[in-house]
Amino acid sequence: MKEENGMSLIVKRITRITVSLIFLFGVYIVLHGHLTPGGGFAGGVIIALSFIHLVLAFGKDEAMNKLNESIASIIESIGGLMFWGVALLGLLGGYFFLNILPKGEPFRLFSSGAIILYNIAIFLKVGAGLFSIFIAMAIFRMPAGDNTQEPKKR
Amino acid sequence: MILYILCFILFAIGIYCLLVKKNLVKKIVGLGIAEYAVNLFFILLGYRNGGEAPILDKTRVIANFVDPLPQALILTSIVIGLGVTALMVAIVVRLYEKYKTFDIDEIRRLKG
Amino acid sequence: MLPIFVIIPLGCAFLIPIAGKLRQGLAQLLANSCALLLLFCSINSIFWLKSGPKIYSLGGWPAPFGICMVLDGLTVLMLLVVNIIGVASLVYSIDYIKKFTSPVLYYTLFSLLLAGLNGMVISGDLFNLFVFLEITSIASYSLVAFGTEAEELEAAFKYLVLGSVASLLILLAIGLLLGSVSTLNMADISSSLTNSPSRDLILYCLALFIMGFALKSGLVPFHAWLPDAHPAAPAPMSAMLSGVVIKTMGIYALLRVLFNIIGISVIASSILVWLGIISMSVGVLLAIGQWDFKRLLAYHSISQVGYVIFGIGLGTPLGIIGGLFHLFNHSLFKSLLFLNSGAVEFATGTRRLDQLKGVSSEMPVTSATSLVASLSIAGIPPLCGFWSKLIIIIAAFEAGNIIGALVCIFVAMVTLASFLKVQKYAFIQKSQEIVSGIREVPLFMLLAMLFLAVLCIGVGLFFMPFVESVIRPASEVLLEGTNYAKLILGA
Repeated sequence: MKEENGMSLIVKRITRITVSLIFLFGVYIVLHGHLTPGGGFAGGVIIALSFIHLVLAFGKDEAMNKLNESIASIIESIGGLMFWGVALLGLLGGYFFLNILPKGEPFRLFSSGAIILYNIAIFLKVGAGLFSIFIAMAIFRMPAGDNTQEPKKR
Repeated sequence: MILYILCFILFAIGIYCLLVKKNLVKKIVGLGIAEYAVNLFFILLGYRNGGEAPILDKTRVIANFVDPLPQALILTSIVIGLGVTALMVAIVVRLYEKYKTFDIDEIRRLKG
Repeated sequence: MLPIFVIIPLGCAFLIPIAGKLRQGLAQLLANSCALLLLFCSINSIFWLKSGPKIYSLGGWPAPFGICMVLDGLTVLMLLVVNIIGVASLVYSIDYIKKFTSPVLYYTLFSLLLAGLNGMVISGDLFNLFVFLEITSIASYSLVAFGTEAEELEAAFKYLVLGSVASLLILLAIGLLLGSVSTLNMADISSSLTNSPSRDLILYCLALFIMGFALKSGLVPFHAWLPDAHPAAPAPMSAMLSGVVIKTMGIYALLRVLFNIIGISVIASSILVWLGIISMSVGVLLAIGQWDFKRLLAYHSISQVGYVIFGIGLGTPLGIIGGLFHLFNHSLFKSLLFLNSGAVEFATGTRRLDQLKGVSSEMPVTSATSLVASLSIAGIPPLCGFWSKLIIIIAAFEAGNIIGALVCIFVAMVTLASFLKVQKYAFIQKSQEIVSGIREVPLFMLLAMLFLAVLCIGVGLFFMPFVESVIRPASEVLLEGTNYAKLILGA
């Protein structure tokens, strides 16, 4: 019973602060992917970690109120479709994957055209995907003979 | 040169662990070590003498970069390794649920 | 217009989870229309080839700097193989998937498998080939473990471990090649290697590539995962695995690397010939004692893949034509056999031959198509398998490889005996008991099996025009060897 509600009070108070900081840091790494090391995949992992932090501190049930499995699956598909869509936009310019959005001066945030959109698409997909993997494995209780019907996530 | 040989030794350690250990979780760790060894080998291929990290800087002009192409390739390879490891762990969790053990001698039911 | 082979299945794979939440049947409709569209495009690609090989640079970056996609004769043959079997498996699984609980996941994974296979055959860049190979591998590991019983999980684990080791070996070999020529475009690597060979490093890369790709394609002695993974997968996935995946991931990639990039040498040809001879004999000898229907078919897959490698390893034009034609035929009749075994299991609930009562009177269509496929694999004229085995045996006699030709003939006779046993126990024998409740399988499964059987008979009867239009351009690509580079970079 007690472990359903997560960890102790100190951890819960600190988690409320640090979750938002981790999320903000992840968003920074994603958006500056063309200027500093990182990009979509690394930022997506950090953002998934912020949600996993919620699950670890508050217990699975309360964290799933914020983001349950079906919403994670939809966000993942939207991320993939956005990547596919932006790549198809390049077909308008003549070639698949062509970079046709305006490229500003170097070192600004909105230089390099479509790469920032690719980064955002990958961050959505990786973040939601890693979160679903974690939830799918955390649902398993140690074998009491039940719950053998979770869908197997990639 | 010695670095490449050390990478191969790390790869051999990973494959040894994958083949010889009897616990399923140790096999997953062994595959992880082998994958990291191959990724490390790839990145070491891109080293140029006296080179710096391949990131453009606003304030100065850098003359000598290490090769950025292997680094981009390895990013892809790390993600692939993550996917395979996640799949392996999911299968091992399900196997534990059915057999109540991680030992591969007791799970080996397929023969012939 | 080449990336359409990758655009369609990838978009479909991302759309299916959302579509599956909206309405239940929408996922099936999307997946099947995607596969039919791909089949239509790949039949069209035979005509695109009339004016020479086609190159498409992704993102507009020209060939040595960017990733490019290449369409030539070998690509057209593999596209036909992949998409024909893909359509048949998807149509079959409209009814078969009712045995499992989540069709949306199945169709997503299957679309990713199709995307990976199509991307692998049209890729003109070595690391792009590796990325699509990994996409295909991960999708096939998940699909083998799809019905989560104990046997399937163990088979999937074994397949996963061996497949990952193979991918690591291939990645290591790509790394060594990258370190020595500093480029990843296949044509560029080939021209750099002909200009300045450093034979020891290339020999080491060759060994790593052959080990990695032979593990992926199930040649002996790298076949340990195959007899466990093929029976455990759901029947349409077994058909894809045995008919397409081991050929694309293993044989096609090996041929690209060996013939077009590194250049075939006497050592490599003799390795291929010996691997082929050993695979043929070990596969069929191990298959004789099997009583599980799908496991027997899996061992026969090992033996027939040995035929293909033996034919191509001979190196003569006739041998390569025979090997490639046998690749196409084997995917047709082996997929048909796996679909048949799935139909028998769907109707009777068992896979063991000694527990089956002969079902030919209750399931006429299934037993007729299974008869066509069994005669084809055993090499009875005028079905397709006979012509390809004849060409390989003639090529072996011409090349002076008498041992190989005799092994081919012996293996063909043992294959015939083995499939006569299958036909007797599964279909023809009459039993004393009253079998109840066995009916013919539903409509879509019958349609898929009939489609493949009609193709078997059609290719067998009209094999000369087919060989001239599809197989001969593919064999010319392989025979040109490293001149591929001049064609691609010059065009």
